[in-house]
Amino acid sequence: MALTWKLSSYWDKFWHLANPKVFMGWSSRLLPIIIVMAAFCLSTGLIWGFFFTPDDARQGSTVKIIYLHVPAALVAINGYLLMFIGSLFWLIRRQHVSVLIAKATAPIGMAMTAIALLTGAIWGQPMWGTYWVWDPRLTSFFVLFLFYIGYIVLWSAIEDHDTAADLTSILALVGCGFALLSRYAVLFWSQGLHQGTTVTISDGVQQERISDVFFQPLLLSMAGFCLLFLALLLIGTRTELRARRLKMLELREQML
Amino acid sequence: MLHGMSFSVSHGEALLVRGENGIGKTSLLRCISGLQAPKSGSIELSQTLAYAAHVDGIKGSLSVMENLQFWSHIYGGSNPKPALETYNLSDFAQRPAGNLSAGQKRRLGLARLLVTGAKLWVLDEPTVSLDAKNVLLFLRVLKDHLDGGGAAVLSSHIDLNIKMKAIDLINFKALKSDGNFEFMELLE
Amino acid sequence: MIKLFWRDVTLAVRSGGGFGLALIFFLIVVVLVPFAIGSDQIMLSKVAPGVLWLGALLACLLSLDRVFGLDFEDGTLDLLATSPIPLEGVYLAKVAAHWLTTGLPLTLAAPIYGLLFNLDFEVRQLLFLSLLFGTPALSLIGSFGSSLVLGVKRGGLLLSLLVLPLYIPTLIFGAQVARSAAIGQNFEVPLVLISIVSLITLAILPFAAAAALRINLR
Repeated sequence: MALTWKLSSYWDKFWHLANPKVFMGWSSRLLPIIIVMAAFCLSTGLIWGFFFTPDDARQGSTVKIIYLHVPAALVAINGYLLMFIGSLFWLIRRQHVSVLIAKATAPIGMAMTAIALLTGAIWGQPMWGTYWVWDPRLTSFFVLFLFYIGYIVLWSAIEDHDTAADLTSILALVGCGFALLSRYAVLFWSQGLHQGTTVTISDGVQQERISDVFFQPLLLSMAGFCLLFLALLLIGTRTELRARRLKMLELREQML
Repeated sequence: MLHGMSFSVSHGEALLVRGENGIGKTSLLRCISGLQAPKSGSIELSQTLAYAAHVDGIKGSLSVMENLQFWSHIYGGSNPKPALETYNLSDFAQRPAGNLSAGQKRRLGLARLLVTGAKLWVLDEPTVSLDAKNVLLFLRVLKDHLDGGGAAVLSSHIDLNIKMKAIDLINFKALKSDGNFEFMELLE
Repeated sequence: MIKLFWRDVTLAVRSGGGFGLALIFFLIVVVLVPFAIGSDQIMLSKVAPGVLWLGALLACLLSLDRVFGLDFEDGTLDLLATSPIPLEGVYLAKVAAHWLTTGLPLTLAAPIYGLLFNLDFEVRQLLFLSLLFGTPALSLIGSFGSSLVLGVKRGGLLLSLLVLPLYIPTLIFGAQVARSAAIGQNFEVPLVLISIVSLITLAILPFAAAAALRINLR
């Protein structure tokens, strides 16, 4: 009983944070901190990774692109997940901030997907002797890219804000299902060239798959990318909120 | 946005919604028929309704009869012939509806109300493109409908020569923004 | 609902724009393929199952904007939304009509077009089967897309952009069935999978499409 009460009070506090005014307040205070942390993690992680790690015995210095490739891919996938959550909460709770977070996620996620694809291609050239192979992992990422584009295009095509928010949210929910379906379909379609996931934090056997020398800077740059994503997301959401406010004010002016 | 509205329509009553262009008549009627949700407040309906708007939803490649038959099947299958006769459309029954004039199409759209068998009619500018003679015809049909225990909510920019309640949207604090209603109630 | 289905079928047949055009488009795509790939008979019969699937999928896109677009413009959708039929039912009736006037003709045409590529009887049989189980998903997904872009002027291109990525799983499994005979795999597994895709879309999309329609009618 006490626990439920406590949980529900946290729940209310959490949603209080999504109130546009409250959101503008805490995000403006948090943003500089996140930017500084992101800059620190990224610069340290990348410089460490690029200049202070040995070349891989088999893959040579090309392996270093991993410090861009893996974090970008991580953010790209989780960005879509965030879009799904933001859309879902918009449909349930009608909180403008949540749908604006989803809206702001899309271009960042798309850019991250593009970075993952491009760095993958640059890596693939010396490794596999080709820029592109129709491998399940690469193909799924391409599909993810298309899903991001569809979401963004639908947002820009509809003028009325609430209608656009509702329809894109439905698209994001359905699209998430289809993205998963596509992932398994693509796996079925072809067995691939891409190496398996080498960075698994949870199972504790990562040392056997990727040595610590590479792993520590990678972890740092992964944190850096996540923080960068968060910073861009907050900036994007704040811009969207301000744009919405501006539109409301213009509308009110017209009526008077 | 319309504030502080409250009204009810019961059997045998008609309610006329008046007001300037763009003040929210169409939005009000769409709210009543459930196409839009009011921002707050409630709409209570105890009957099935039939909605008719500026565009009649007539399919040009179907005949007049087929158009009506389709709607009568959707609403449970009453015979469309009397409805055609009422609006003097029997002669055109087998013609493609696309060949009808604007006034004839309007009459076909109004005849659709009869085959639905719905008690409550929600009509957005039902008299547009009707000539004087057919406006009278429509009023007669409307009166029969009310006398038979039906009800109607309609908007019109011309005066209709029939006894009914009326609300002027101008009397309410009517601010147009996104066409949603702050408070509204409709009891039948 | 059944009445709505028949009305849509009648409208599609009478206006002539429905299945006739899709079939002709499909034929043109098929005829263009050898110009792009070369006239090598063996090469052509190798890519034919996939090409035929892709052609059918693209032909399916053509008539999608009409599924809800026409009824939205002339106000019929308003009237249907206020009628006793739930919008989920309206969607299903329209999907069924789209399938009957587009999906089924394409399914029937594909094995015949397969003759142009010298396909074996077995391959053409599988092509027919895979399209029979796959085209319902194409109609379901496409009509959902049509309900999303209802309020957008000239939404045809947007519709394709939204719908094509959603077609990927269907295309993968469908083409796999058709190719399986040629590459010596069994066809049962992808055939079951494509049926599953059709069933999943049938279970979920009516609700999503009805929600999208309600939003667009506001």
